Amino acid sequence: MKPVYIEAIGLIGPGLASWQQAAAILADDGEYQTCELPTLKPGMLKPNERRRTTLTIKLALQAVQDALASNRYPDLSTVFASSDGDMDIVDRICQALCLPDRPVSPTFFHNSVHNAPAGYCSIATGFHAPSTSLSGLNGSFAVGLLDAAVQATVEQQPVMLVSYDTPWPGALNRFRAQRSPFGVALVLSPQESAQSVVELTLLPGTGGDESKMVDSGLEQLRVHTPAASSLPLLEAIAQNSTARLVLPYLVDEQIAVEVRPCR
Amino acid sequence: MPTRPIRITAYTLTNALGSGVDASLHALQSGQSGLRPCDLQDVDLSTWIGRVDGIEAQPLPTALSRFECRNNRLAHLALQADDFSEQISAAVHRYGADRIGLFMGTSTSGISATEEAYRHRNEHGDLPDEFQPTTTHIIYSITGFVRSCLQLKGVALTVSTACSSSAKVFATAQRYLEAGLCDAAVVGGVDSLCLTTLYGFHALDLVSSERCKPWDVNRDGINIGEGAGFALLEREQAGGQGCLLLGSGESSDAYHMSTPHPEGRGAALAMRLALSQAGVAADEVGYINLHGTATPSNDAAEDAAVMQVFGRETPCSSTKGWTGHTLGAAGAIEVIVTLMALEAGYLPCSLNTEQPDNRLSANVLLESVQQEITFAMSNSFGFGGNNCSLLFGCER
Repeated sequence: MKPVYIEAIGLIGPGLASWQQAAAILADDGEYQTCELPTLKPGMLKPNERRRTTLTIKLALQAVQDALASNRYPDLSTVFASSDGDMDIVDRICQALCLPDRPVSPTFFHNSVHNAPAGYCSIATGFHAPSTSLSGLNGSFAVGLLDAAVQATVEQQPVMLVSYDTPWPGALNRFRAQRSPFGVALVLSPQESAQSVVELTLLPGTGGDESKMVDSGLEQLRVHTPAASSLPLLEAIAQNSTARLVLPYLVDEQIAVEVRPCR
Repeated sequence: MPTRPIRITAYTLTNALGSGVDASLHALQSGQSGLRPCDLQDVDLSTWIGRVDGIEAQPLPTALSRFECRNNRLAHLALQADDFSEQISAAVHRYGADRIGLFMGTSTSGISATEEAYRHRNEHGDLPDEFQPTTTHIIYSITGFVRSCLQLKGVALTVSTACSSSAKVFATAQRYLEAGLCDAAVVGGVDSLCLTTLYGFHALDLVSSERCKPWDVNRDGINIGEGAGFALLEREQAGGQGCLLLGSGESSDAYHMSTPHPEGRGAALAMRLALSQAGVAADEVGYINLHGTATPSNDAAEDAAVMQVFGRETPCSSTKGWTGHTLGAAGAIEVIVTLMALEAGYLPCSLNTEQPDNRLSANVLLESVQQEITFAMSNSFGFGGNNCSLLFGCER
């Protein structure tokens, strides 16, 4: 398919506070120290809205805010990709449904939709352009990247991909035991411009062995957290290198991505 | 912007009116609603629901038992109707399994499996060992299930944007076909009754204790329904038959998480985009299947949007009074009702609308009419201010 051009990047993850900080770590592939995520307070949300939101929503918006810090867009289509959305809310609602009178919180319920982060994002940015929230299970990053690239090339508009995942809480935790909170945002444009960082060519239907991270901490992150399957791509960008990468796509499938620096 | 029209070469639906196109059409033509007083499990809410009969009695085939849950059972039931599975097999034969995309919409997928697992936690709070969230609950599970059922191997994903989910999959498929990533696409929407949505919408004070009454002065909320709708989309070829997807419009309200923009700004934008992509003028559209949930604010916002784009002449109706609000399946189900209206020349009335709200102006049909039309629109709007309008045409 036709190439797309990444022109802005945002990132948040354990030991990776922003794209700027992560790029420095990924550029020389060492120095990575995992640590607890700091308390997230994405300023794009008004304080009264922020109080009503969850880690999943804040994480996605933190990645968005980081990506939009340097580039301004009057309007932007968005694709939000997450394997399972907000399992913390699922846990709370399912617990409430086991109590007398089943007291489901109205705020949790309206935040439980898979497109809650996208909804808060459009409220905060004022973007009226189309927004899709999707899942491709463990391949959600690549599924979202492909969908955003299809939208960008067919509609000839820039599209922001936001891929994010959070740990599963409480009784659900054992089903996704080693997952970490991780969010990445990429603005894709169908045209090369002065803002272009890299050219991406996705090759659907081509598989192979998944690209891995050399650092064991980053590799753990990549393997267990769907959004962090973006790390080999982010590493190639940080290292300004030409690469052919293989990312996890649907169950037992992969997708190859060619990366070429624009600068 | 996609330029080539897309042909809908097969479709089916299952909802409270029954399984298959004929069951829904027969009910719509004979005035039978699918709504009933809520009788799901031990739910103690006073409301009406649109429940599909027979799900409990039809477990999945053994080979698919890892997907066992109400939502996937409903999908399986729906795929058997109207020879839909057979038509997909024929498409696989024509194009190859890896050239057929699958785009499914759902809001809660099989969350009732997780609700049930929580009820069966042991004394340590552990969930049962047999609980399989990946293939039952999480929103990709419906796509994984349908992909296994139909043995498709092409591009696939689940769209989950609340009540616009399975309208948006038509726009998604249109783009993937335009980009050449597949030669045909199966699109669909499936959502099933669960405690999460019944008690969640109740907590938001959006559930009616009576039959829902779209556009009525006394409307006071939704009736939750369940259902599934599927369609096969292919690129237009000479001599093709059936309706065409001519335009799609998607937008964001950027206003509020659970309340639409009061003037219907995002909704109007979606309708205009669909018309403009199709190159069809508003006054050429013969019917609009409204989102029409029957909450006071949703219907008022959609009415304002319809007035801005179409004015007060275009016949329209909400079919939520027939099926209930099937949430993430509503888009696909109501697209198929719209296709049935185009093909049968039968515009269903807005059932239960007895005393139209005189603050609303759209031409909501109080009686069903037999009328040949060429173009029709289906509207779907969801929480998070997520809007999708689709425009279809039928050649005569």
